[in-house]
Amino acid sequence: MSAVSALWQGALVLFGGTLLALVYKGFDRKLAARMQGRIGPPIRQPFLDLGKLLVKETVVPRTAVRWVFNLMPFLALVAAGTVLLYLPVGPFKPVLSGYGDVIVVLYLLALPAIAMALGGFASGSPYGVVGAQRELVMLMSYEFPLAVVIVALAWRVAGLGAGPAFSLATLAAQPLWAQVGPLGVLGLALLLVALLVVTPAELSKIPFDIPEAETEIAGGLMVEYSGVNLALFYLADAIKTIAMAALVVALFIPYGISGPLGIGGIGGQILDVAFFFLKMFVVMFAAVTTVRVAFARLKVDQIARGFWIPLTAVALAGLLLLVLDKAVVG
Amino acid sequence: MRELEKTFEVPIGPVHPALKEPIRFTFQVEGERIVGVDVKPGFAHRGIEFMGMERNLIQVLYLAERICGICSISHPIALTQAVEVAAGIEVPPRAQYIRVIVSELERIHSHLLWAGVAAHELGFDTLLHLTWKVRERVMDILEELTGNRVDYAIPIFGGVRRDIAPEQYPKIQEMLRYYRGLFEELAERFLRDASVEARTRDVGVFTPEEAEALCAVGPTARASGLRKDVRQDWPYLVYGDFGVKAITPEDYGTEVRGDVYDRIIVRLLEVAQSMDIIERCLEDMPEGEITSIPKVPALLAQLKKAEGEGIGRHEAPRGEVIHYIRLEADKEAPVVWKVKAPTYSNLMSWVPMFRDQEIADIPIIAASIDPCMCCMDRVHLVRNGRDELVWKEELLALSREKTERIRSRVTRYASRVVDHGGGI
Repeated sequence: MSAVSALWQGALVLFGGTLLALVYKGFDRKLAARMQGRIGPPIRQPFLDLGKLLVKETVVPRTAVRWVFNLMPFLALVAAGTVLLYLPVGPFKPVLSGYGDVIVVLYLLALPAIAMALGGFASGSPYGVVGAQRELVMLMSYEFPLAVVIVALAWRVAGLGAGPAFSLATLAAQPLWAQVGPLGVLGLALLLVALLVVTPAELSKIPFDIPEAETEIAGGLMVEYSGVNLALFYLADAIKTIAMAALVVALFIPYGISGPLGIGGIGGQILDVAFFFLKMFVVMFAAVTTVRVAFARLKVDQIARGFWIPLTAVALAGLLLLVLDKAVVG
Repeated sequence: MRELEKTFEVPIGPVHPALKEPIRFTFQVEGERIVGVDVKPGFAHRGIEFMGMERNLIQVLYLAERICGICSISHPIALTQAVEVAAGIEVPPRAQYIRVIVSELERIHSHLLWAGVAAHELGFDTLLHLTWKVRERVMDILEELTGNRVDYAIPIFGGVRRDIAPEQYPKIQEMLRYYRGLFEELAERFLRDASVEARTRDVGVFTPEEAEALCAVGPTARASGLRKDVRQDWPYLVYGDFGVKAITPEDYGTEVRGDVYDRIIVRLLEVAQSMDIIERCLEDMPEGEITSIPKVPALLAQLKKAEGEGIGRHEAPRGEVIHYIRLEADKEAPVVWKVKAPTYSNLMSWVPMFRDQEIADIPIIAASIDPCMCCMDRVHLVRNGRDELVWKEELLALSREKTERIRSRVTRYASRVVDHGGGI
């Protein structure tokens, strides 16, 4: 792949990803509203919100550490955008890939959260500080189960010896469900459950929206952000949402639709991309939209306890079953 | 190593998403744990009592109606009772029933409103929207009966202003059936939901001893196990006939823990209790006059001649509301009008409730007493254009000064104002 075509593809993925992220955010808000018995905003509302934020004044509090405060929104957006470049889009290979890129994705996903926490600390507001502390506790809570899930899958696929190990492209090309025995299927199911529970936490959505917690700390780490800075965080959040959904799809349901239907060529590829978007939408709807209308916000200690003990246990059980399965199946 | 400061201050209010009305909390926080709290009210003081003492009693009634937008029948009921005692005016039985019906409808709407707010404070917006959607039904009935969704303008001295027409009975009964059918669902959503329970069980605990010592009223006191209800302890209007019993969590079959969850239980059960009372009222309500003095000029004339003092008390949705009034002949305005809203009694219960809780619990604990700041604010001190705090001694001195000022308005019975050295 030449550098020029990589650039071109990267630009396409970033632009298309941003567009898709905002459209999906619109759907998420509309569907959540309908489930709550509200009419809800129009689908294009996220575009309007973003446009509005971009023309608003960007205020930096006098007590803030200015350069950290201004840098963090960019860092969050860049990290979220970079994740998109590592994700396979339907039948297409990721723009960036290579040995161990799964680990890079794991770090890149943590980066927006760290950027938000630093921004919160730098804002000089007590609400921001409390929100930032909560964000870090959350990060420490969900990172371990998330890492267990990804490492378990990557390790199992590496055992198959196809393509570079610990690479998302390899993982997406080798759906594990058909490669493992009954124990392995059970293990994979447990890992999927763990990943779906981690998803809303990773995205700070109810019941895990404690770093922002409007009624408690008035927006928490976002409280002092406005204008362009807030728009960047808003965009980073939208992009991270579809990145998480795409990650779940790539890891667990990387199936195409053109093969079984027997449609080849360009038509098949378009169909596969559309099917990929549909799968992402289903994952987002199941793991984010439905969850955030069905629960009350939890407290930080409840979340930490829940992730450290039961959820980590589920993820480790999944890993153990995969190991056992490999010992049996070979 | 330098000693690091362990606690830091988190200010909440006067403007904050967790608060529906202005008040300021200053929390001393260690990590997420609250070690101390300072409450500063006084941001919604409107001087309504002062305004009332310059106006005739009919105008005072309008003011009383506007003390609180949610208890907008409770204050007029307490005021009319006080004035009726002072002026010796009888209230026809039918009017008493109508007052009770409207005040119980108000309790239903107020408790549902509170339940929605509580759900929102927990970050459970779906429950907020569900609760407020079903609340519309009682608002419709209130509008049907009184013409207004708030500020019903129903009580007047000597009776009520609007009758309930026979064709309206079925509408009320249908509303009662609607809520009876919903009750199980609401109980399921609030009391048997794991995430609501996780956020409210053993949160904001208020022991019976503390409730007793701090003179808490209303659902706040009852959720701590005190069987305390004006409708039970000092029956007025026709409440005595119904044998209203104060509701505590024991009536739901659970032991009293005095936490936020118990406050949800009590308010939900009170919605059911209000429906029973309305049903009894509709069955028992006699025909007859709805007011003993229908003509307003005649009423004003009689009130102008009246001489004496009266206390009216009513169990508002938030607890006991008391109005004191003193009338003198040939004076149109009341010489003294004193209002004590339920939140005034419940304010101090926040201090033990917040002890050792987490920052995340602040909104739900603050909301759990169902505070109404604009009812309660009586003082705001401004000196040289600046906001000021006063301590106990100075407050006492200021209170005595105000008592003297009010006493100077009272020309007769002056000796009967008891000098207990205080009273703001």
